[in-house]
Amino acid sequence: MHPAPSVIIFTTLSGLGFGLMIFLGLGEPAVTGWTAFWFFLIAYALSVGGLLASTLHLGHPERAIKAFSQWHTSWLSREAWAAVAGLLVMGVYAALAVFFGLRVAVLGYLGAGLSLVTVIATSMIYTQLKTVPRWNQVLTPLHFVSASLAGGALLGGQITAASVLFLVAGIIQLGHWRVGDSRFADAGHTIASATGLGQPGRIRAFEAPHTGTNYLLKEMVHVVARKHAVKLRVLAFGLGYALPLVLIVMPGAGHMLGGVAVISHLLGLFASRWLFFAEAEHVVGLYYGARG
Amino acid sequence: MTRLPDQTSRKLGLVIDLDTCVGCHACVIACKGWNTENYGAPLSDQDAYGADPVGTFLNRVHSYEITPEAGPAQLVHFPKSCLHCEDAPCVTVCPTGASYKRAEDGIVLVNETDCIGCGLCAWACPYGAREMDKTAGVMKKCTLCVDRIYNENLPEQDREPACVRTCPAGARHFGDLGDADSAVSQLVAARGGVDLMPDMGTKPVNKYLPPRPKDTWDQTDVLAPFLTPIADNPQGFLGWLDRALDRL
Repeated sequence: MHPAPSVIIFTTLSGLGFGLMIFLGLGEPAVTGWTAFWFFLIAYALSVGGLLASTLHLGHPERAIKAFSQWHTSWLSREAWAAVAGLLVMGVYAALAVFFGLRVAVLGYLGAGLSLVTVIATSMIYTQLKTVPRWNQVLTPLHFVSASLAGGALLGGQITAASVLFLVAGIIQLGHWRVGDSRFADAGHTIASATGLGQPGRIRAFEAPHTGTNYLLKEMVHVVARKHAVKLRVLAFGLGYALPLVLIVMPGAGHMLGGVAVISHLLGLFASRWLFFAEAEHVVGLYYGARG
Repeated sequence: MTRLPDQTSRKLGLVIDLDTCVGCHACVIACKGWNTENYGAPLSDQDAYGADPVGTFLNRVHSYEITPEAGPAQLVHFPKSCLHCEDAPCVTVCPTGASYKRAEDGIVLVNETDCIGCGLCAWACPYGAREMDKTAGVMKKCTLCVDRIYNENLPEQDREPACVRTCPAGARHFGDLGDADSAVSQLVAARGGVDLMPDMGTKPVNKYLPPRPKDTWDQTDVLAPFLTPIADNPQGFLGWLDRALDRL
């Protein structure tokens, strides 16, 4: 799949932003006044910034409001509802905490719940696609949620929670890669099942339907980034999970090391999400002789 | 509405005969022409006469080579367009309701004024049937020529999809696959029509008729014996030439 910058930025930043929202909503840290202001500013900048980035790849962003209409079948529509509802509830919760020094726990729990639903809905947009076997597995939502919670705990300064979550998220990330690597073959999709013509090995794509490229090949049969997949996995795991974990459990780690951990986590997660898209193979490639 | 109808009164679709298709791409051009000049946003091209041409097509013809266990290799031309699936994954993922499946005839359509161009439906389709038009910014797909098949301004013989109407080989058939007595259903039954990627659970309406078994090497013409090599030990001039060349 084409690793479009807009969706990589969207899933990374929004995941982190809603992760922080979850911890703020739970009252970990229980902040009010100016401290709360800065925490909520970061959470909103990340989550809203990510959502805005996601509209950049739309053909008609001016019609984005219509995406709220199909929540009964579409995960993308559900995500839109959960995100807006979460941001509104947390907005009220944040306003009371910042201006009146008042933390209404019920509002916080509700906002945290909606933020979690948003991250799950985002992950389900990818997980639901049978056409992309690497994504179509239970570890995809677990990866999105665990990465979001780990990043949120780190930004919220919840060191104990963050260290456990980074460990869990890192293991899930490794599992997602490991299971993902064999998902396509395990699903049994071949050029033979795609075309209904005899057995695999006896059939090969002889000629493409066109001399140039097309939308399908650009969008779904992208191969550029796979070349450096192993190096990027090492970077994604090291920077995204291992280094932040080491930095925050270091005795006497202050804001300085915390800041380095945040930047490291963000860079690692960008690499991870780049791979998430670039390594994902769509079954339509079979018709074009990919994985013949 | 992106909720799929429980059932459709009819299942209009195509039956494509892979035995008959000669790979002329006339259906590709007829489709591009009709769907550029008629309903919806035109199918645009970018850099059409330049070094890197690319464009939107709703129907494309692949070609595959099959090497059987015995017998000569075969070339199969393989036209592919929307299969108007009964369980269409492209419809349910649509966030705006632009994609829908009609309850009356099962045709899957896009309402272009509602489409935000997010591309998720194209990701959900295993067949590559949907293409985003770069100029219009909306998703394009086969409409089964909904603006031809019910069009009373056209002569009756033209009230079928442009690809079917134009096919010079008669490799494309249009009809109601929900009616077991229809010509297309009988054709599918007689020729053992298959679904593409049945493991995807999309229940495609369009069916593909597999190529018929071809001749084998021993089933050749009655004159073939006269073409077999004449002798293992050539005599006369040829024999001298054979021996002379061996000695070199």
